[in-house]
Amino acid sequence: MIYTPPGRPGSIVSVAPRYENFIGGKWLAPTEGHYRMDVSPVDGSDIAEVASSTPADVELALDAAHAAKDAWGGASTTERAAVLTAIADAITANAEMLAVAESWENGKPVRETLAADIPLLADHFRYFAAAIRAEEGRSTEVDSDLIAYHFREPLGVVGQIIPFNFPLLMAGWKLAPALAAGNCSVLKPASPTPWSVLKLAEVIENVVPPGVINIVNGPGAEIGKALAANPRIQKISFTGETVTGRLIMQYAAQNLIPSTLELGGKSPNIFFADVMDHDDAFLDKAIEGFVLFAFNKGEVCTAPSRALVHVDIYDEFMKRALARIATIREGDPLDTETQLGPQVSVQQLDKIASYVEIGRNEGAEVLIGGERATVAPELQGGNYFQPTVLKGDNQMRVFQEEIFGPVLAVTTFTDDADALAIANDTLYGLGAGVWTRDGNRAYRMGRGIKAGRVWTNCYHRYPAGAAFGGYKISGIGRENHQMMLDLYSQTKNLLVSYDDKPMGLF
Amino acid sequence: MTTPGRISATPAARAAISRLRADRGAPVMFVQSGGCCAGSTPMCLPAGELVVGDGDVLLGEIDGCPFYIDDALDRAWHRGTHVLDVGPGEPEGFSLPAGHGLRFVTAPLPATERSTP
Repeated sequence: MIYTPPGRPGSIVSVAPRYENFIGGKWLAPTEGHYRMDVSPVDGSDIAEVASSTPADVELALDAAHAAKDAWGGASTTERAAVLTAIADAITANAEMLAVAESWENGKPVRETLAADIPLLADHFRYFAAAIRAEEGRSTEVDSDLIAYHFREPLGVVGQIIPFNFPLLMAGWKLAPALAAGNCSVLKPASPTPWSVLKLAEVIENVVPPGVINIVNGPGAEIGKALAANPRIQKISFTGETVTGRLIMQYAAQNLIPSTLELGGKSPNIFFADVMDHDDAFLDKAIEGFVLFAFNKGEVCTAPSRALVHVDIYDEFMKRALARIATIREGDPLDTETQLGPQVSVQQLDKIASYVEIGRNEGAEVLIGGERATVAPELQGGNYFQPTVLKGDNQMRVFQEEIFGPVLAVTTFTDDADALAIANDTLYGLGAGVWTRDGNRAYRMGRGIKAGRVWTNCYHRYPAGAAFGGYKISGIGRENHQMMLDLYSQTKNLLVSYDDKPMGLF
Repeated sequence: MTTPGRISATPAARAAISRLRADRGAPVMFVQSGGCCAGSTPMCLPAGELVVGDGDVLLGEIDGCPFYIDDALDRAWHRGTHVLDVGPGEPEGFSLPAGHGLRFVTAPLPATERSTP
């Protein structure tokens, strides 16, 4: 089926002409009254005006968060878990609407938002609702009369800056653990995708206490630093590129607060010769795993953007893989049959085209794609690029830098050591994929690859409960796991003596 | 680390820098970014905003505004020569815009414009 674009007659998504900031449970106009038109990448049409805020609006959001933090941090874990569960229920009740809104603003195919983004978003809140209920403080009997009690306490107010590629899911990845641990958040969505998060706010505004979640939109240069460098936050987390990541750490250092960073990758997806030992469901799954470079139009930090294929199977494997890629349906992401939608912005589209050109100039061979895609006339204003495979070697720039588009760089390897060397010859270390029928080899490779997540005989699965984060310059800290509660908490230790006798020193 | 002369700028980029300097009353700095989302784009920041370390390479200056790249990224990019230009669209990250609805971009210098070594 094809969903009607949001805001048009018959759509399941209503669109107001203008969206303000969500602060203290209210919709507040930006202090200086500036708005920016948010544009859909599907056809270039206007969605709505969204606040273009200034530092004064960040201060208002921090005021609201600080006003809420004592009550929220002091609420029992039962109460906080009930709110997280209510958020999940509200998301589930509005899943289709949110899926269409997300698809319309970001360009990702609605089949992905219906099947992955929105269900995972709801589940993430359920996971942390469960996790915080199951948390227990620990105590240590240092000796018979001296006991160390450990309690988890909230940090207070946290700043969270999210990317454009999974606007709703990344909001959930950041908000759920922060709220579960008893913190209040000031969230800044990415500039290309300010709106779907506000649709989420509409859905949950009646179940979240005022000030616990605050959303401020605006240019990073204006409000990014105002939030990240603000002495009134107790932690900052960020997903994005490396220079802003460095700035975030720098600001955190100036305020002596912790930071969590996720900064991208250039993830290898390794196909060993034994995947072709049989022509069966597993081989079919491996071929799909190869084609997953086009998932979310390649706008994924962990996109399997480098494929390493054993030289002995290269010809036959690639024949099948390219045939599968040739069948990818590209076009209107609101069509449930569409597998590849538009890039989020003109900026991204230009970058992708530039990288393909860089690849060509470096001698990479274009095996398929390589150009802007031809789409239906009504989509001409959108940002469509063909699924593209470049053959080359790992020293080429297209193998070394994150393109963030549906562009795969493929090369061959000769043995396990060669595969490992190529896989690790990168600045990044976020994700990796290993495909083999040999469990021992899978384990050795998985442990040998310097990356935070090694998908083994699968790819692009993001269940809550599987820790996600980077080695090397891909970031610091983890997300998507119970251990996040540690990253959003202080540890309070009460060291208690039950001995009546003095120590005898003075 | 200094390897001046590996960055040049188009007239549009120079004009944007000139406007930024006039508007702000202060110079800016550029730092080449990598990684996800807006990775691969140059971040335009108030001069001195990013604390530069020994691992940063100064590619050169454009009208008094320095352009840095991380040494490891520079190596991955083959210590190439780049052109700072202006493209359509808002900047990302914490970068300053290159004018209304415009952002800075980095492109490799086309082979035809490179001087023979």
